[in-house]
Amino acid sequence: MNDVVIRVGWPLMLVWPLVGWLANGLLGGRLPRTASGIIASGVAGASFATALLVASAYRGVAAADAAVSFPIPLFDWLGAGRLTVEASLLVDPLALVMALVVGGVGFLIHVYSIGYMADDPHPSRYFAYLNLFVFAMLLLVSAGNLLLLFVGWELVGLCSYLLIGYWFDRPAAAAAGRKAFVVNRIGDAAFLLGVFLLFVALGTLDILEIREGVATLSGAERRLAALLLFAGATGKSAQLPLHIWLPDAMEGPTPVSALIHAATMVTAGVFVIARLDRLFLTAPEALVVVAMVGALTAFFAATVALRQHDLKRVLAYSTISQLGYMFVGMGVAAPSAAIFHLVSHAFFKALLFLAAGSVMHAMHEVIDMRRLGGLARPLRQTAGGFVIGALALAGVPPFAGFFSKDLILEHAFAFGLRTGNYLPYALGLVTAAVTAVYITRAVLLTFSGPPAEPGARPHEAPPVMLWPMAALAVLSVTGGLLGASVAGAPLLRFLDGLLGLVESGAEAAPHPPAGLLLGLSVAAALAGMLVGWRAHRGRRDPVLGRVGVFLEQRWYIDALYDRAIVAPGHTLARWLAGPFDLGVIDGAVNLVGRGLGALGGQARRLQTGYARQYALGVLIGTVLILGYWMLRW
Amino acid sequence: MVPSFAYLALSAALFTLGAMGVLVRRSALIIFMSVELMLNSVNLAFVTFARMHQSIEGQVVVFFVLVVTAVEVVVGLALIVDIFRSRESVDVDDVDLLRG
Amino acid sequence: MEWVVFIPAAALALAGGVGVVVARQPVHSAIALLVVLVALAVTYLLLAAQFIAALQVIIYAGAIVVLFLFVIMLLHARSGEGPVPKLPRQPVAAAIVAALYLAVLLVAVLDASAPFPPPPEGFGEARQIGAALFAGFLLPFQLAAIILLVGIVTAVILGRRPEGEEER
Repeated sequence: MNDVVIRVGWPLMLVWPLVGWLANGLLGGRLPRTASGIIASGVAGASFATALLVASAYRGVAAADAAVSFPIPLFDWLGAGRLTVEASLLVDPLALVMALVVGGVGFLIHVYSIGYMADDPHPSRYFAYLNLFVFAMLLLVSAGNLLLLFVGWELVGLCSYLLIGYWFDRPAAAAAGRKAFVVNRIGDAAFLLGVFLLFVALGTLDILEIREGVATLSGAERRLAALLLFAGATGKSAQLPLHIWLPDAMEGPTPVSALIHAATMVTAGVFVIARLDRLFLTAPEALVVVAMVGALTAFFAATVALRQHDLKRVLAYSTISQLGYMFVGMGVAAPSAAIFHLVSHAFFKALLFLAAGSVMHAMHEVIDMRRLGGLARPLRQTAGGFVIGALALAGVPPFAGFFSKDLILEHAFAFGLRTGNYLPYALGLVTAAVTAVYITRAVLLTFSGPPAEPGARPHEAPPVMLWPMAALAVLSVTGGLLGASVAGAPLLRFLDGLLGLVESGAEAAPHPPAGLLLGLSVAAALAGMLVGWRAHRGRRDPVLGRVGVFLEQRWYIDALYDRAIVAPGHTLARWLAGPFDLGVIDGAVNLVGRGLGALGGQARRLQTGYARQYALGVLIGTVLILGYWMLRW
Repeated sequence: MVPSFAYLALSAALFTLGAMGVLVRRSALIIFMSVELMLNSVNLAFVTFARMHQSIEGQVVVFFVLVVTAVEVVVGLALIVDIFRSRESVDVDDVDLLRG
Repeated sequence: MEWVVFIPAAALALAGGVGVVVARQPVHSAIALLVVLVALAVTYLLLAAQFIAALQVIIYAGAIVVLFLFVIMLLHARSGEGPVPKLPRQPVAAAIVAALYLAVLLVAVLDASAPFPPPPEGFGEARQIGAALFAGFLLPFQLAAIILLVGIVTAVILGRRPEGEEER
């Protein structure tokens, strides 16, 4: 019975959002305006419910903590020579956790969108994209082979492009969508190369077979494949140096930012590394790269968030920073901890974004914190939700972010004990303090003090927007229990069966002083909040001198890209479009045309129109041919 | 006994005369008759070769040439009449719509 | 003995041919063509092609030349040439090319010449040609009928007065 539920429910989970997408996409114009959101939310909820059913059935089948992988073959997809790809899905703890997060958070954000997009002229287009995104993300996490996973991976990128540029009549939104697409594509190319490499080396794309086959690979192959796949992950998950698209993606509707650019799509990179954990865990050199890139990104993004004025941009850099933590978790060989942080981050970051969306909704699209302030009173519920999210993000116990972040830092310290490289831990700890500073600043500038523009009359969001925020707030408070040792860490035990270390060098290493580390984490968070409170009390916003400018300019990385890549690209394109295309390409075409024209101009003089002259030509030809014959004899 | 060369030379001479007529004359009717001349010279050659090789096929071909000639004359003369109707002339140099 | 017949016939044919080409009036050309056709019919007799000779007189002389004469009469005065030749160098060029052509042709013909063997019994009689037509050449023979039909239809269509044109 449970077996049947799993085998039927798992594909069914994918079908729901697909149906919603088709319904909204094909019939959207003919549906009543309010129906689009209800249909989309309904299918998202059905998908989540199906995922829950499958999860409970899975618990019934799998023995207590042992991980069982259910491959679900659907049909033969491709066959070409040595390459045969089956469209197959895979049920295991990792896929289940991801599906539940995507389905659950996705469902809440669908509901929230009903209220947020109530004034939009074409809600059906928005909800069709949103459903397609949920389908793509679920496909990505439930795929049983890398090619199907890549399809989801690309579809997710496409939906991101469509939704960032949803208000395509705004040039900034259109440009941001393009930017996201192009930057993602760089990562995708590397990802695809990694997939090719695995196929060439192993002759299969099936994830289970790859897990088994990794041991047969040479060290160099493992390193290269891991690094290529990680390069793909940096594109999707907005890590250095491909992070630049995510802040711009805030041009899209805010629920999209919450769903795609905080909770789900950007976690795809983390998910892929967890999916191929055997590959990464057996390539320690690549793991170090992952950990270092993650730590640097976490620190970089947190500092940049200190000096952003756009509330959503602060959250965007915060997302980049938190994703950096997840990669640190992967890099220090603690994939379960990374996934735990992914889950708790999905809760509180979605909450923060939805609260920010509620602020925008109340303030008529104003999101610049210099123009906000004093919103705690009129937006009581929203402010409460935002503060809960902020506390979770800052890592204050007992909120969700505290447990997951602390777990990663603990593993990072253990990594330092093993290898002598304490940089990931140090950067992580500093980042924790900086995180507390910038989120305190965001809270104070937005909600405290007198309003910057007293004329505005903010109004609290409708219940359809408040209830999802309430649900996420509850999850942000209690989500830590999923991985807290006091509660038995059910999530970690669920995942560890699958994602455990192959060669357990970790147990042999000395245990980190957990109590001390915990104290340090809490101290960093509280110190950061104290600094933030002292600096920004009463909505003051010190500019921090030249350091502030450096941070406000995002470490000049965007400027560097503009100078080094975009500007030369523009110049090249202009040259290609102008002198090269007009002169060389068109010139060559025109030359051929003119040359033939001139030839024809000469040749047309042969065409006198006098039939007798043509006849003379025929006779001359006859004489020549006959004469040639005679001479040959 | 007249040798075959005499007949063939006569055929060649008539053919050349016909070609001259086609090339030099401008009246469509006379050009047409010159073409008939050429066809007849070819018929003479066919008949000569049939006799030379003792094969009746040469004469059968002449029969078919006759048929085709009859059709060609009918169609050709109809064309000439048609052109004359629109141009009031049968001078082939007046018909030069193919001029490039 | 044959020379006595051949030489006048050949001479008449050549003279007729020259006449066709040089006559000023189309009517004279037509008469000259008639002379050529009859002279050639005589040579056919010398070449054991009695049936062809008969056809030559009946179809060519009897039908085709008459058709020419009809058209000449239909077009009357303007069946000749326009006043101004537009290609002044055409006659000279044509004469040179034609002379070269005749030379090449005579060489080729000399090469192809062979003595006549004695003709078989009944060679060139209607019976033999008919047998050949209805045995080996049946399909071309049927096609010839179709070609004739097409020719008739074409002539009718071309000869029709354009719609709406008044009778003159």
